[in-house]
Formats: sequence, C-alpha cells, structure tokens
Amino acid sequence: MTTATTSRVRTRPPASAEPAPRRRRKLRRETLYQWGFLLPAAVYLALFFGYPVVKNLVMSFQDYGTATFYTGEAPWVGFENYAKVLRSSIFSTALTNTALFTAGSIAGQFVIGLALAVFFRKRFPLSGVLRSLLLLPWLLPLIASGAVWKWILDKDSGALNQFLVALHVVPTGVPWLTSTSLALVAVVGVNIWVGIPFNVTILYGGLQDIPDELYEAAALDGATGWRAFRHVTWPMLRPVVSVVLVLGVVYTLKVLDIILALTGGGPANSSQTIATESYALSFAEFRFGEGSALGNILVLISLVFAVVYLRASRRGVED
Amino acid sequence: MKRNSLTVRAGLALAAIALPAVLTGCGNSTSASSNGDVKTLSVLDYYTNEPDKTVIGDALNQCAQKAGVTIDRQTITGASLIQKVLQQASSKTLPDVLMLDNPDLQQIASTGALAPLSDFKIPTDGFADGVLQAGTYNGKVYGLAPTVNTIALFYNKDLLAKAGVQPPTTWDELKAAAAKLTSGGQYGIAFDANATYEGSWQFLPFMWSNGGDEKNIATPQTAEALQLWTDLVKSGSASSGVLNWKQADVKDQFVAGKAAMMVNGPWQIPPLDKVQGLNYGIVQLPVKTAGQTEVAPLGGETWTVPQTGNKAKQAKAAEIVSCMNTDQTQLSLAKQRNTVPSKTTLAAQFSAENPKLAVFTNLIKSARARTGELGADWPKAATKIYTAIQTALTGKASPSDALQQAQNGQ
Repeated sequence: MTTATTSRVRTRPPASAEPAPRRRRKLRRETLYQWGFLLPAAVYLALFFGYPVVKNLVMSFQDYGTATFYTGEAPWVGFENYAKVLRSSIFSTALTNTALFTAGSIAGQFVIGLALAVFFRKRFPLSGVLRSLLLLPWLLPLIASGAVWKWILDKDSGALNQFLVALHVVPTGVPWLTSTSLALVAVVGVNIWVGIPFNVTILYGGLQDIPDELYEAAALDGATGWRAFRHVTWPMLRPVVSVVLVLGVVYTLKVLDIILALTGGGPANSSQTIATESYALSFAEFRFGEGSALGNILVLISLVFAVVYLRASRRGVED
Repeated sequence: MKRNSLTVRAGLALAAIALPAVLTGCGNSTSASSNGDVKTLSVLDYYTNEPDKTVIGDALNQCAQKAGVTIDRQTITGASLIQKVLQQASSKTLPDVLMLDNPDLQQIASTGALAPLSDFKIPTDGFADGVLQAGTYNGKVYGLAPTVNTIALFYNKDLLAKAGVQPPTTWDELKAAAAKLTSGGQYGIAFDANATYEGSWQFLPFMWSNGGDEKNIATPQTAEALQLWTDLVKSGSASSGVLNWKQADVKDQFVAGKAAMMVNGPWQIPPLDKVQGLNYGIVQLPVKTAGQTEVAPLGGETWTVPQTGNKAKQAKAAEIVSCMNTDQTQLSLAKQRNTVPSKTTLAAQFSAENPKLAVFTNLIKSARARTGELGADWPKAATKIYTAIQTALTGKASPSDALQQAQNGQ
C-alpha cells in the first residue's frame, strides 16, 4: 500500500506544469478516490472486527447475564468480572493447560511439519499426490474429525487401544481421554495432527524459494545432508519459520472445537484451557460478563504474539 | 506511513457513523400489527429427533386446528436452544409458543421474557408437585409440561440371569451385582459422569435419596453417594469412560453388551426395542439401605407463552399451551413418546395401560425438580456437583474433599 502510493506520487509530472486551482481540484478528487477504495475495507473491518471487539470489551465490564438479553440492562461492574475470573480456582489450571497445550502442539506440529516439508522437497513418484493427501486433516470439519478421534481414543472399544493391546504394548486399554494425566496429551496429539498440513504447506513454500545453487555450492564445500540443512536450509528458512511459529501460537491459543469434541475440558478440568473455560462461562452458564473477561485475557495473550509476528514480518520485508 | 494510518483512522470513524444506521435498519421488522385476526403462530422447540419430531408436530397441529390457526414451527438442537432464545429476546423476535427444558424455565422466566399462564386462566390443577415446582417462578406458573420423565436402572436380563444376579435394590447389592457382572470386556454398570449438567442430573437420585441437598453439597450424605460412584469406577465395575460419556453413549455401551446395567431414561426405550435379541428390564435406582424411598429428578419439557407484545397472538398461543396439556393430549403424547403424563390423576390409568413405564410413572409422583430449591441459581449448583464428581472419580481428591472444594469454589 505504502509503496504503491509513493511510487504514484513520484511519477506525477512536475508541479509547475499545471495551474494551481486545477491541480488542487485534481488532488481533492484523487483523495476522494482513495477514500472510496478504502471504504469497503473500513466498513468490513468496523462491522465484523471492530464491533465484536469493542462489544466484548464493554461486556467484560458489565454484569451481562440472561436477563440482559430481554431487558437490555447490563449494570456496570468495573473490574469485578476480571477479579472473579482471575481468582477462580480454575484459572491457574486453565492457564497452565493453555501454555502446555500451545507449546506441545507447536513443537510437535513444527518438527513433524518441517521434517515432512524437507522430505517432500525431493521429487519422487507420487510425491505430489502424497503431499496433497497431507492436506486432508485441514479439509475435514473439525467436529467430524473430533468425533472420529474420540472413538479412536476410547478406552474400551477404541481402535488405538485395540491395536496396542493386540501388539501387547499395553495389557489393558489406556484411558486416553479419561485420565487426568493423559487427557491433555491426547488432545495435544490430535491437535498436532490437525496442524501438520499448515506447517508443511508454509514451510514447503519457504523451501522452494531457496535456490539450488546454494546447495550445489555447499556440496562443493563438503556440506551435504545434515550439514547442508544446518548451514543452508535453516538460515535461509528462518524468516518463514518465525512466521509459521507465531501464527501457529496465535491459532493454537484459541483452539476450542477439538477440545470440546474430545474431552469437553475434562476429566476434572485436566484439559480445560482459557478458551474452553471462556466458552463454558458464556455459553453453558450464561455468565457472559465473566466469559468475555476471560476471552479478553486470551486476546491480550495472543496480542503479545501478534506484535512479535508483526515485528518479525516487518524485519523480513526490510531484509 | 503516517499518512496511511491517518486515512485508516478516518475511514474507521466514517464506518462507525454508518454502523448504527445499519444496525437499526435490521431491528425494526418485529412490530406486527396486533389486530384480533391471528392466522399463524410461530413455535420453537428442540425435538429434532424422530419419532418425537413428528409426534409433537402432530399434537401441535391438532391443537392449532382447534384454535383456528396454523403453526409455523422451527426445531433446533437442544444445545443451541437457550442461545437462540436469548438472541430472539434481545431482537424482540421471540416465538409465540416456546418449549423450554424444565431446569431452564426459571432462568428464562426471571428475565421477564415469559408471560405467567394465570394471565390466560390456564388451569394448573392435578399436576404432580415437581412439575409445578419446575414451572413456577416467584409464585407464578410460567410453563407446563404435558409429559415428564426421570431416570432408572436398566438391566440386561440375559446377562444377569447368566451371572445369577437379581436386579439390585440397595447400594451394597448394586456394588456386589456390578462386580459379579464385570468380566473381560463387559462392565457391570454404565452411567453418565460427564462434566456437564447431564452428569449432575444422573447423580441427583443417588444424592437426594440419601438425604443430600444442592444448597450445600459438602455433607456426609452427598459424600456417601459420591463414594458409591467412586467405588464403582475404582473397583473396575464401571469403566472410567463414564467421565466422558453422555447418556446416549451409555445407551450404546448397554446395547453393545459392554455394560450389564445402566442408568438412563425412558427416551432410550425406542432405540432399545429396535435391537434384536436385547432382553432388558427396568427397576428403580438402588437406595442406600432397604426401605429408603428413591427421590427421582424430574425431567421433561415445558410449553410457555413468551412476552411478544402481541396480545391477540399471546391469547391464541395460550390456547395451544392449554391444549397441549389436556388429559387426552397428555395420555397420547406419553404413550407415543414413552414418557409419563404430568398429571398425577392420570397415573393409575396410564400405568395400567403401559406396564413398561410403570417404574417411571411411580417415581414421578414424588419426583423433585432441579430448580425447586435454587430456582435460577440451579446451574451454579449443577456445575459444582459435576466438578466434584469429576474430581472424585479421577482420584484427585476423596469424595468428601472433592465436594468441599467444589462447594467452596467461586
């Protein structure tokens, strides 16, 4: 946007070529055009982005319950919703779970995603077909794949446990979704599966941009295999990596559907994250004020990473 | 750069001016003329599954015919009903006739969105106490349920006979029977200890029958009930899957022969009857010691008349609600939907004609409404109850500690 405007300004004929009033009129018309082009985007942003954000912010300072919908009355309560949410015994659990869920998911998605991307860089028969098949988890509706995973991970009749028991890896079914120590692990596992396509796609794109000559030159210097990855691929891929990681964090922080479909945050809140707890407060208990307060805390956490992303991507452009 | 952000800011300001205009433009479609000539009534309910969808639809249409109107009916899933109602309340587009699950009624009535049925002189006599309790807010009746239900113990006759076990009537018998019926891939019992209101609902008969109370769940009586559930899971007589099962999953376990007994409601009878070779019986849920009476939780949906502001339509809507609750409709709905008429005066006749539902019919007479004591605050108590259940069943705390923590929480 910025570059387009400046280049247009620069190519304009010298100012002295036209009389002043006409020039001014033309300038004004141009400003009007600029506004005209901006308006649809601005209206869209205000309606579908600005309004919900502002409404959510206002809501978090109000006693917003079921009655509010009919009467329209939502008394101002200041920071009470925030205090309630932060003091609640679930908050620390949810915060820890959110951190573990995000860190675990990102680590798994990234490592597997990068490995697959590097693997697919080599052309071999059917590589294109296989690569597009990898996108499948992305294309399935999460509620559907969540239901299937819930069945796969079931303690008594789940496919995974039947497989493990048949191979004598475990004596009896593992309670993947109903043990307090395993539920979060299982949910992270499924989320990794969901996130791999995103990581592969972006990282594969990044790998395509690395010129082959670099590898040839490196090979002449004796750097192949792991060393080529360490000294060529990794440094060249760094800008893409930072984008993938930061976007991944922001996407993962707010994951709701997978957890709801698999465990509903249970057992005993062991897979409850800030996102699921915020959902439960708003849409199961109808305490919208507290729900939006917790939601805003999550937005704030995401915002930190969004700023990191913006700075990283700006640095990328400047490079 | 600077100039750009200025433009963006100005654009946003412009949009902000346009926004209210757009929003008010959407909000004005409701003020229907309130003349006496009512032709159609809108109805909202959550009977999306067959046969309920058709059965209720037919009953509504018959009532509409009597009232000289037609029905414009919308059915949505149970999970999204309240969200939808709240949305409609804020945009003033509430339906003329609204179905609400009985534990939600008081919460919605407390918002002022419902009209008291006494305004329309709808008779409320003959109903079971629990039904009226559930439909009443601040001394006024806002909703009536034509038929109601509760939960009981379903048992697989063949599996029990093979193990030489009688259907249990006390907690000790239940534990012994469940242990005896557990072998290989088969568990003795299945129930729903999910971290939702459904889990709390399934626990209530055990808690209430033993003298527990939702006002304060940190009592020895409730702890004993939770100890029973904990023992069943710890001993392996029930799968730890109960923590994640809904009532429909529990039914699936029972149908598949993976649970010899289950806690469930009469709405599961149609799918159970469809299963070839499944021979099952229904008894009351066991109580702690012989001679205690079971206190069953009341389930079922009420019909209400929302405050739509259109008096003529509301009067017609009241006729529908009244008609849905006549003796005749109650009996026919109960029979078709495997539920129990909510008027105790019909119980004897209904029991005689539908012996399979006799257990439920008996329980309903003394059944207790979830909102009977706490009213609109019931959801908070229900959250505490399922939190304690999950904490105890996962072994994170003893039943009494789990209940104490949940009671103190928030």
